[in-house]
Amino acid sequence: MTKHHVETTVNGNEVEFLCATEQTLLDVLRDELYLTGSKEGCSSGDCGACSVMLDGRLVCACLVLGVEAQGRKVETIEGMASGDTLHPLQQTFLEHAALQCGICTPGILVAAKALLERNADPSETEVRFWLAGNLCRCTGYDKIVRAVLDTAAQMRGATSKSGKAAKKAVTEGA
Amino acid sequence: MLAGKPECIATQYTSSNTHREGKTLEMDYQTPTSAEDAAGLLSKDGAHVLAGGTDLLVKLRAGMVAPKLVVDLKDVPRLRGIENDSQGWRVGAATPCAEIGEHAAFAAAWPGVVESLELIGSTQIQGRATLGGNLCNASPAADTVPALIAAGAVCEVVGVKGQREVPVEQIVTAPGQNSLARGEFVLGFRLPNPPARAGDAYLRFIPRTEMDIAVVGAGVALALDAKGVCTHARVGLGAVAPTPLLVGDGAKALIGTKVDGGALKALAAAASAACNPIDDKRGTVAYRIKVAGVLARRAAGIAYERATSRK
Repeated sequence: MTKHHVETTVNGNEVEFLCATEQTLLDVLRDELYLTGSKEGCSSGDCGACSVMLDGRLVCACLVLGVEAQGRKVETIEGMASGDTLHPLQQTFLEHAALQCGICTPGILVAAKALLERNADPSETEVRFWLAGNLCRCTGYDKIVRAVLDTAAQMRGATSKSGKAAKKAVTEGA
Repeated sequence: MLAGKPECIATQYTSSNTHREGKTLEMDYQTPTSAEDAAGLLSKDGAHVLAGGTDLLVKLRAGMVAPKLVVDLKDVPRLRGIENDSQGWRVGAATPCAEIGEHAAFAAAWPGVVESLELIGSTQIQGRATLGGNLCNASPAADTVPALIAAGAVCEVVGVKGQREVPVEQIVTAPGQNSLARGEFVLGFRLPNPPARAGDAYLRFIPRTEMDIAVVGAGVALALDAKGVCTHARVGLGAVAPTPLLVGDGAKALIGTKVDGGALKALAAAASAACNPIDDKRGTVAYRIKVAGVLARRAAGIAYERATSRK
């Protein structure tokens, strides 16, 4: 079978792969690039376990053809931590025990990061609606929602603290 | 289809997919960069259009379709983006719903249309799903279609013979069937600039809060004169007939009134009378008929509030 040669960017790295038309972006990430953090749950866009960013937009990788990634920018759970330093969402999910079996967790983390990048101070309702496409069969969602809200508060605190520190430095400098 | 073992999936997708008649076939993929090329490719035997992919990929995986060629329209000029001028609004048919919802000026002009597209699936689905796909997939329960019908949206339909304009309500002909000829596709949607004192709204009933398919959907657009009398109205209904409906009698119930209690009651009766629904797991015939009237009335109330508050 003729395969497509695709060049794309995944988590900032230029990658290339061969794929058949019917291989989804999720198939390619997992089976060709061995990035198995994105999970396959339903393969029909209902569960969100395969959530990734495609050109800055949150999508289900199971509903994107691999060949559609040509020339685009893909971000997955594997790119979320900086080296050994976890993203604040990852750290807070651990602290809140906002995961049990863990299958939904990569998708929820990617989706929650996308939310906080758009809205630094979401309400509980906004978090619940934003994550409505990410199914979790273990936690009952409450710990997940609390972890996202707590992370948002921490990140706002860190931003305002660094803002204050910068302001203080300027004042002292003057 | 539920998740299989990864090795099974790899095997399945590295071999040729199997046609229902038992023939094996290869599925090609093309990204035309002009409307003419796209129409030419879509004219080929076994060609299937790809826009956001939220319906096509599910059907592929379920074995419901086995195209020989997937024609990805997203590189065709003017299929993406939102434009406005004195003639009205134009939304590219392959613009992701999330992008439309984020367009503040469009959301201010057509809040009901934006309500409808923000009810499709999840955040993830809205990142890919398109108006053109939601319409041409031809589900009776498609959320954006009643809202676009109410808004008076017109489709730019392109094919090998050129372009024609088709009102949205003339596209869907039966569940899963549309009126496009082979090789044709929807390039964009044209919506008018709403006049002063105009408003639209869309309401959907589902048994839960998110992530479900409409039991009933109702879209209403209306305009008032300086005295608050309704001069223009359009009513669209979804999930209550084999196709989304334009309810002419619903508009008649509103035009010439001040959208008072009596007019809203007449609208509800007209909406219920227009229904020809089925019984299914989401709702019974009787329930859908009743709820269609209720939602049409409530949507008209919201549209009226928007019309009176808009300068």
